[in-house]
Amino acid sequence: MRALLTSKWTKVALFLLCLIPLAALVWRGLHNGLGANPVEFIQLTTGRWTLRFLVFTLCVTPFRKLFHLPDLIRFRRMLGLFAFFYLCLHFLTYLGPDQSFDFSAMLKDVAKRPFITMGFLGFLLLLPLALTSTAGWIRRLGGKRWQMLHRAIYFAAIAGVIHFYWKVKSDVREPLFYGALVAILLLWRLGDWYFKRRSAAGIKLSPQQASAHPAR
Amino acid sequence: MLIRKAPDLTFADVTPKSVYLDRRRFLQTVGVAGAALAAGHRLLEWVAPSQTAFAATKFSSLVKSPFSTTEKQNSYEDVTHYNNFYEFGTDKSDPAKNSGKFDTSNWSVSVEGEVAKPRKFTMDEILKLAPLEERIYRHRCVEAWSIVVPWIGFSFSNLVKLVEPTSKAQFVGFQSYYDSRQMPEGRWAGIEFPYVEGLRLDEAMNPLTLLCVGMYGESLPNQDGAPVRMVIPWKYGFKSIKSLVKIKFQSKMPPTTWNLAAPNEYGFYSNVSPNVDHPRWSQAKERRLGEIFKRSTLMFNGYGDQVAGMYNGMDLKKYY
Repeated sequence: MRALLTSKWTKVALFLLCLIPLAALVWRGLHNGLGANPVEFIQLTTGRWTLRFLVFTLCVTPFRKLFHLPDLIRFRRMLGLFAFFYLCLHFLTYLGPDQSFDFSAMLKDVAKRPFITMGFLGFLLLLPLALTSTAGWIRRLGGKRWQMLHRAIYFAAIAGVIHFYWKVKSDVREPLFYGALVAILLLWRLGDWYFKRRSAAGIKLSPQQASAHPAR
Repeated sequence: MLIRKAPDLTFADVTPKSVYLDRRRFLQTVGVAGAALAAGHRLLEWVAPSQTAFAATKFSSLVKSPFSTTEKQNSYEDVTHYNNFYEFGTDKSDPAKNSGKFDTSNWSVSVEGEVAKPRKFTMDEILKLAPLEERIYRHRCVEAWSIVVPWIGFSFSNLVKLVEPTSKAQFVGFQSYYDSRQMPEGRWAGIEFPYVEGLRLDEAMNPLTLLCVGMYGESLPNQDGAPVRMVIPWKYGFKSIKSLVKIKFQSKMPPTTWNLAAPNEYGFYSNVSPNVDHPRWSQAKERRLGEIFKRSTLMFNGYGDQVAGMYNGMDLKKYY
């Protein structure tokens, strides 16, 4: 398992795998497979893949710890950048076909419609993360600060789910599904953080605690 | 212990080579016969399509309508594979997938309420009620997309005159068919069924208001609201109720499904208007299916000459 996770080729294979949704769209486009409303089809597909890649990215840390696979960290940046890549395509279908590349009209729309505001907020949250994803930026910012900044992905994922929930008219099953996944992944972190803090406190206080609570 | 020994095989037991070789020819023969049978079936299907696979009836001698637009019609493929018919699922491609077995035989539409002559109409009676016209209308969805469809039907007023509404009749309520066994996807739609809609009586009497039984020269496909639906071209698509089973004339404004689901988003009137935005999306523009960029939406979907008079003095921002 270790050899597989640390192999250079695994990374190449994952990269190609992450391109399949795009390839599928291109293939559909060439074979008249985008349906009656191709713009909407591309918009919905790239939006879904953005959420999926955010979920994949958020899976990395819990999976590393739960399954004792520290090497999974090698793929986190790529998954996060693919989330941003599909988000860029998603955003372009909105800016282009929907808003005719009219920035002032777009900003008005962003200000007026809560579901668009939420989607745009998610985009703004992910933009600095994509820009500072390089090793150089980790050095420049320092590991701690870099990590703090990159916690913005939690809020981006929440914004993405709310954006989807507010977009649908009445059938909320799909946004709720992604909402549940994001909730599980964030709650796991909360639990992990809480238990770590408690056990850290426990180590510090252990002599007194041990005598104060002999029954434990 | 008895150990049974298999009898020794002799040369005589070996299948002769000629027969052995024939085995291949035999299989080939079977294969060819099978293929021929399949091809024959396909040919037969092409010459005389079986009714279950292709249930549409062609309408002949349709009257041309002065209300028809000369704009480019959308393809039959688009209009039958991009549908909002939540009883069959909420994805645009769901109705085409899930409505195939929808049973529309023995259909009837009951007309009741404030009328002198309440009655039921069978489909045969509806088809003979007035000469069938082809009306090529713009159809604008509240989701900001639009299509151009050659509908078939006649003005709804033809039916109204037959049942003679009383003086108390101010509104007309409509109801769609709903059967959770035939429409199992409906339970996830997030809106109440049966679907209900309504019009003011003068709106219902407007000659543009179409009682629709077909499109593209044929009877309505299931996913487009078979066998009979309403088409009200100056209102958002959700007003044009599908698979109609009940019409009720009444003195009070009837409840409407989307208004019940989200009253701040969908009003009773729901006239197409670029000036009254839906809270979640702009109504100033629309995407005609088949086009990439959006075009400007027209007031009353371009039917102002025929309908604007009905709303004189009304604040359409208040009565959206």
